Amino acid sequence: MITISGLHKYYGALHVLQGIDLSVEKGEVLSIIGSSGSGKSTLLYCINGLEPIQQGQVTVDGVDVHAKGTDINKLRQNMGMVFQQWNSFPHLTALENVALAPRIVRKKSRAEALDIAAKQLEHVGLADKLNVYPNALSGGQQQRLAIARALAMEPGYMLFDEATSALDPELVGEVLDTMRLLAEEGMTMICVTHEMSFARDVSDRVAYFHQGVMEEIGPPAQIFGDATSAHTRKFLANVR
Amino acid sequence: MNDTLSFFSGFGPRDFLFLGEAALRTLWISVIAISIGTGMGVIFGWLLFEGKLLATLTLGPVLDVFRSVPLLIQLVLFYNFAPMVGLNLAPFGSGVVILAIYTAALVASVARGGFEAVGVPMRRASRSLGMSYWQDLRHVVMPIGMRAVFPAWVGVALGVMKDSALVSVLGYVELLKASQILITRTQQPLLILALAGAFYFALSYPISRYAARLEERWEQ
Ligand SMILES: Nc1ncnc2c1ncn2[C@@H]1O[C@H](COP(=O)(O)OP(=O)(O)O)[C@@H](O)[C@H]1O
Ligand SMILES: [Mg+2]
Repeated sequence: MITISGLHKYYGALHVLQGIDLSVEKGEVLSIIGSSGSGKSTLLYCINGLEPIQQGQVTVDGVDVHAKGTDINKLRQNMGMVFQQWNSFPHLTALENVALAPRIVRKKSRAEALDIAAKQLEHVGLADKLNVYPNALSGGQQQRLAIARALAMEPGYMLFDEATSALDPELVGEVLDTMRLLAEEGMTMICVTHEMSFARDVSDRVAYFHQGVMEEIGPPAQIFGDATSAHTRKFLANVR
Repeated sequence: MNDTLSFFSGFGPRDFLFLGEAALRTLWISVIAISIGTGMGVIFGWLLFEGKLLATLTLGPVLDVFRSVPLLIQLVLFYNFAPMVGLNLAPFGSGVVILAIYTAALVASVARGGFEAVGVPMRRASRSLGMSYWQDLRHVVMPIGMRAVFPAWVGVALGVMKDSALVSVLGYVELLKASQILITRTQQPLLILALAGAFYFALSYPISRYAARLEERWEQ
């Protein structure tokens, strides 16, 4: 379970997150929507400790992410993250991309790591691309590679930061399908997304962010059908 | 008798061997200096990249000095002043020290560029997998960044190998010094300089070919 309470985040004088309270249960899929610059990416970075916070607390399975003594590298192993840019390691084949972290972080043997990698690549539908270098893959394939790479650490949580926003429209579907598959398998997911159909159909809850504040959170039916906040309604009217 | 005769004799097969040996000495001093200098340069480059203010204020200017003062002057100064501080180095040792520092100064800015070539998003991706700072550096940043600046590094290495000719002023008999000795004796400067040039080419060409092949392989 991820618990965020009273979270404030500043970039210099910019107050990017202004008191966020939110918790995500095991097995839940939460989608976060909101216009650009509202602090969605920053929230994900604060959850896995890629950005420090100034006030409040984030805990994952009871461990305080930002406490001094926390082994952040260990914590991140349990929390995969997929970014807007897929960031494949260009010097490694697809298989090696996925096997790297299990081998050096989890200290698996080479054979074991490659085995895990092959399984995860098959999982995301890239079984025929094991020995291909990333620059020979399409954006959609590279993004699925990034998902496999995160899954290879056998995380309990997955964070998606606009995983489909940088993709050509015809490649969005394959990545969303992979995310859907994970949701069906019971993965706990926080998905920052502009794909409203995904948010509506796949999530258990949807949160709307506006200028560093979580304006509204609830089941998709409530957010999409019966939003209480005027900002939410305006945002949804514009994206549709 | 023979010795006096051969003092002013023409260029012979043994002289060719003599040049060949000198070429090996050029290669030897270059390989040592470039290896040490590259190791130091990558560390300096990392300090410049990571240490930001402190390194830029202290290390930066020092490296600038070594980059901008002509190598010949550095060599002569070091060779003559090192004994005063108790460092009694042979010409070879002095040459290695100065060539290595010179290489390090050049490689530092190349390497820094390599570190900078790997963007923050890439590093966030590897850190998000649970890699430590050092694991990220070793397995992601270095391979990607150093490949990006590899052509520039090859340029530095080939340049240093040619510049190693300057160590001849200290009396180390490498390719250039050997040529001068032979020219004095044979009075055939054109032939000998052409041969020396051919030896330098023979040393550089395989390196640039090999580098090009490596780059091609990384391209895929
Ligand atoms: N590293 C940073 N330094 C300074 N400001 C930043 C940084 N990252 C993001 N910001 C600013 O913080 C705000 C929130 O950014 P972000 O979390 O990326 O929003 P979103 O993902 O919702 O589009 C924006 O105004 C953005 O310009
Ligand atoms: Mg964002």
